[in-house]
Amino acid sequence: MAIKLTINGREFQAEPCDTVLTVAKAAGVYIPTLCHSEAVSDYGACRMCLVEVERRGRKRLVTACLYPVEEGLKVTTDSEKALRVRRTVIELLLARCPGSAAVKEMAAALGVTESRFSIADENSKSDACVLCGLCTRVCAEVVGASAISLVNRGTEREVALPFYNEAGDCIACGSCAYICPTGAISLVDSGNKRIISWPQGTVDFAMKACLNCGTNYAPVRQVEFMARKSGLSPSEFDYCPDCRKL
Amino acid sequence: MVAEKSGKRLNSASELELLCEEIKRSVSARTRTVTICCGTGCLAYGGTKVAQAFRDEIKSRGLESEVEVKTTGCHGFCERGPLVVIRPENILYQRVKPADIPQVIDETLISGRVIDRLLYTIPGTKEKVTYEHDVPFYKKQMRLVFGANGYIDPTVIEDYIGCGGYAALSKTLFEMKPDEVVDEVKKSGLRGRGGGGFATGAKWQSTREAHGDPKYVICNCDEGDPGAFMDRSLMEGNPHAIIEGMVIAAYAIGAHLGYIYIRNEYPVAVKHAEKAIAQAEAMGLLGENILGSGFSFSVKINRGGGAFVCGESTALMASVEGRVGEPRAKYIHTSEKGLWDQPTVLNNVETLANVPLIINRGAQWYSSIGTANSKGTKIFSLVGKVNNTGLIEVPMGITLEEIVYGIGGGIPKNKKFKAIQTGGPSGGCLPASKLDMPVDFDELTRAGSMMGSGAMIVMDEDNCMVDIARYFLSFLEGESCGKCVPCREGLKRMRQILDRIISGQGQPDDIELLENLSETLTWGALCGLGGGAANPIMSTLRYFREEYEAHIIEKRCPAGVCKPLISYNIINEKCPNCTLCIKACPVGAITGQGKKLPVILDQVKCTKCGACYDVCRLGAVEVR
Repeated sequence: MAIKLTINGREFQAEPCDTVLTVAKAAGVYIPTLCHSEAVSDYGACRMCLVEVERRGRKRLVTACLYPVEEGLKVTTDSEKALRVRRTVIELLLARCPGSAAVKEMAAALGVTESRFSIADENSKSDACVLCGLCTRVCAEVVGASAISLVNRGTEREVALPFYNEAGDCIACGSCAYICPTGAISLVDSGNKRIISWPQGTVDFAMKACLNCGTNYAPVRQVEFMARKSGLSPSEFDYCPDCRKL
Repeated sequence: MVAEKSGKRLNSASELELLCEEIKRSVSARTRTVTICCGTGCLAYGGTKVAQAFRDEIKSRGLESEVEVKTTGCHGFCERGPLVVIRPENILYQRVKPADIPQVIDETLISGRVIDRLLYTIPGTKEKVTYEHDVPFYKKQMRLVFGANGYIDPTVIEDYIGCGGYAALSKTLFEMKPDEVVDEVKKSGLRGRGGGGFATGAKWQSTREAHGDPKYVICNCDEGDPGAFMDRSLMEGNPHAIIEGMVIAAYAIGAHLGYIYIRNEYPVAVKHAEKAIAQAEAMGLLGENILGSGFSFSVKINRGGGAFVCGESTALMASVEGRVGEPRAKYIHTSEKGLWDQPTVLNNVETLANVPLIINRGAQWYSSIGTANSKGTKIFSLVGKVNNTGLIEVPMGITLEEIVYGIGGGIPKNKKFKAIQTGGPSGGCLPASKLDMPVDFDELTRAGSMMGSGAMIVMDEDNCMVDIARYFLSFLEGESCGKCVPCREGLKRMRQILDRIISGQGQPDDIELLENLSETLTWGALCGLGGGAANPIMSTLRYFREEYEAHIIEKRCPAGVCKPLISYNIINEKCPNCTLCIKACPVGAITGQGKKLPVILDQVKCTKCGACYDVCRLGAVEVR
């Protein structure tokens, strides 16, 4: 049964399990997000997608990525209050991550060019990580490796390998680097090595060479992981995808 | 006869009733009961030693059959512990030491004389008070939930049954339908005592109506607010009341499994709850086929991992599930999707302890106590700059003044009342002008504070409100889970701003910046911890703005607290060179000039520790 709601005064129809963000996106209404990705479950940590909703006459700010639509819901994506809070939040992130182009860009789009908070900060361990948790979610939910995790709490929170140096469960697939919205995680393939850098550690992984053409086509661990998961014989992975087709 | 029946399974309502009467009879067979408070406060003062001394002495004199010695949970009057109450007369002896015991037995228990020196003295009038119920601290209270603590040994289920315990459960199971229980709680007007003040009956109803099976009942005993210890004292002192409340809740919503989430920092509470569960199960008051009614419900204990944020319902449930205790957005209520995504009722300890009362005495009686929208009583922990610290239970609607002056006995050393912080770290500070305010959920919220857990911290003229705001803020900064940006980054920045105000580096637009961050946290944070975190700042800005301005503009701390902004000075006219301060100064910043000449304080050497100020009996040291 379709649900009727309004976003910025325009009426929309949605399915009961939709969130405000999905409906807005489908309708082309822009809501900024940092910690949202369709690939993983929603989390509600970055607070960039705060929108104002009115229900039974009561207004409040909610995260669009998590808020389920309901009949008669009135959503304002750019209310004065939502914008004000969003701007302060991005200002806080700007002070935390002065080195992130993505944060700077999003801030500029919100009309924030500088932060009122001191950037020089003795506790700042990361120049780009906004702790959105996309990397840890993709690793746990999509890859199924759970090799990295958010550790500690409060201002001490960070993305880290177990005990800060055990990459034992990492299959070097690089999903974390691909999904990272701010470039805090980097991935470089160099010859027979894949180098992944997380905010709290860098690890080199060996690459598997194709028996035919010699290309380093995937990390050894990822190949082993795929063989294990698919139940195929490891020899099925001796050749790179291009050579296998031949 | 009681011993024979005790510990045996009860299979019907009438068996419970019979046992209750037998226990009552056997209690009245003894002439006297000595109850020794062994709550946390009294234990710290040596309560166990006093209890042991009583037991030894009674035994050596062969008085066991006439006098019963009972260690109980917290009586509330922690300030004067260890507390000893001799019943049935209710003679209250305070600050009792093991050495006092032979005299208490000789004079009071045998000869019936009251020992004057052990009685409580009213500070102002120096009047001695003999009976517990005449002590001003107790007199103005209404101890419906908490009162039983003084009569019950929490490790003895018979004590609770003898006081009418589990009668409400029996009534629920045999005389009421689940809907009627929900209705009764709804009609009573009971609101959640953990802080939120959500209507308990409405919560039960939505869980009852929610689709999903199994359903769960959780008791939240993860109290962590600075200065709060009422949940601890209830769980330690009367665990069966909470279990009884849980079973009634379970019956009302249709749950068969429940959890008590206790912070691991409360080992006695854990121990007593474990014991109580085992006893109740053995007697058929918990577990399979309770009292032969066909209804089954069991309770497990889950010890908290030590994170303040785990008091937040969704974080608590994550913790019970074995995950990291981080909250999630509550757009879908836990009454519909709670523990393991199943409908769950989560109630605070005190809320559940109110439930048997409501069932026993009726919603109408219950709702006659309190104000229009806040019914019943509330237990507050009264601490800080107040003469009688401890736990108090008062009807909703009592004024702050009655609490601070009537029950609390006013401010020590005749200092001036400055503020009362209510509601814990997410609450606020209320000024003297709010003293005549009736205390209930809505009034406190309107005044910019909240009921919260019920912590009340009294502050006098020597407290700096900027410093206090910073204290609560840095507490929350340390306890934030760090999931959402406003809470993690915002609290850090707010604390940094307060740090610089306190150190004399405050900037003119700092107040505006604090207000802006406060708004961001209030509206933008993910959970209640972050959402309420700005309250200490907003309330102090609302009522004590001039103190912030003094720090920022005049670089002055009016209360004389913030070290970088103060200096200690010798008032020459008052100083006869008694040299006390010279001896107290740890850095040798004070030197004497000889008899009758004032001492000299070297500001360069001074570390502003305040030792000179504390030792000077002549008022010759001043803080500027």
